[in-house]
Amino acid sequence: MNVFFASIRRDLLLALRRKSEVATSLFFFVIVVSLFPLGIGPEPVLLKKIAPGVLWVAALLATLLGLPRLFAADHQDGTLEQMALSPAPFGLLIAGKIAAHWLLCGLPLVLLAPLLGLQFALDASTLWVLMLALLLGTPLLSLIGAIGAALTLGVRGGGALLALLVLPLYIPALIFGAGAVEAQSAGLDAGGHFALLAALLALAVFFAPWATTAALKIALE
Amino acid sequence: MNLMQWFRFASPQSFYPLAGRMIPWFWALAAAFGLAGLYIGFFVAPTDAQQGEGYRIIFIHVPASWMSMFIYLVMAFWAGLGLALGTRLSAMMAQALAPTGALMAALSLWTGALWGKPMWGAWWVWDARLTSELILLFLYIGFIALQAAIDDPRRADKAGAILALVGVVNVPIIYFSVKWWNTLHQGSTINLTRAPSMAQTMLLGMLLMALAFWMYSIAAALTRARAIMLERERHTEWVKHAVD
Repeated sequence: MNVFFASIRRDLLLALRRKSEVATSLFFFVIVVSLFPLGIGPEPVLLKKIAPGVLWVAALLATLLGLPRLFAADHQDGTLEQMALSPAPFGLLIAGKIAAHWLLCGLPLVLLAPLLGLQFALDASTLWVLMLALLLGTPLLSLIGAIGAALTLGVRGGGALLALLVLPLYIPALIFGAGAVEAQSAGLDAGGHFALLAALLALAVFFAPWATTAALKIALE
Repeated sequence: MNLMQWFRFASPQSFYPLAGRMIPWFWALAAAFGLAGLYIGFFVAPTDAQQGEGYRIIFIHVPASWMSMFIYLVMAFWAGLGLALGTRLSAMMAQALAPTGALMAALSLWTGALWGKPMWGAWWVWDARLTSELILLFLYIGFIALQAAIDDPRRADKAGAILALVGVVNVPIIYFSVKWWNTLHQGSTINLTRAPSMAQTMLLGMLLMALAFWMYSIAAALTRARAIMLERERHTEWVKHAVD
């Protein structure tokens, strides 16, 4: 388990040395969300209706933005190869990197989302549900995205290809995540959506690091 | 024939001529079933009481939808087998199946739109089936794009195999999430599952067309697999003999 935390620590440290990269995807999230009222119009009723979908789609895209960096630098300077060769379990190292990606790209979105939700006229209870849904959903996005990032590592046209591979797989997270917020704002119980999101997260925690390491080993061959 | 002799065909060298001998038969069967199915579908099957003549598109639409879903499973099976056993031919089969599957998904969406316009009054509705078929098409395109983007064929095979397996785990999840999403948002105006029981001749026509699509898919995939074999094994002796 120490390996796991060491891997997280290393990636966080590296990211803190280059803060702008983390900030970029966060501001991307803010900007994309702000574009919708400008494009659609400022009516609060309409904004309240589209808010869950807009915030979630923007979260998907913002997570996607950080994914190509997940393994690229370590692949280029050979660190990834050393990780694969090291006696420490490769899967744990990779799981640590995925967790670090979530801490850098997912958690800030969770914390920032209520602020943006306010701009969309969401009430307090809906904002809590939005945060909770993102808290369950964004790790799922990082886990699934890591598979895509590993598969497209060092491949021509990696970024666009990554989006093509990963976005269809994000659809269940989008549906249940936005569904939870929508149910809450319609006065319904969001519990079912949370249960499904949590179930997907449990599945992904189990399978995704494993699929990611398999894909990375192929890329390293 | 014992098991070992069957495994002989797992090598491209011995499968290439076998596939070459089988392909004309599958094309012929596809043509025969297709002609019979189209004849029954267009001339024998009665006009539907509710949908008029427009329903006849289902003789193309339903088999195409079936094939699009089934081919994804077959593709993932071959890809997984190739990943597990490292057999070259399995990966080639997966690669050869993908464009046919994507074609079927596209055909199914297209014919569905043609059917939807007169029946529902709209080319597209966000029905659960339509949406999941669209996502299936995206998955096919992702698989094809990933394989095309990687130059080294062995890495392309393995990366594609992982993607196909991840997709297979996700297909039921996506299907049910889209289905629940649909029921949460709005009840679909027309339920496809509540279709009136079908006349015997309609069912026969549809089954014949389904067989025709099967035969076509096999023939097309084998033809493509043969081309892939030649391309990948071009440095070997047997390819030089086969081409000469």
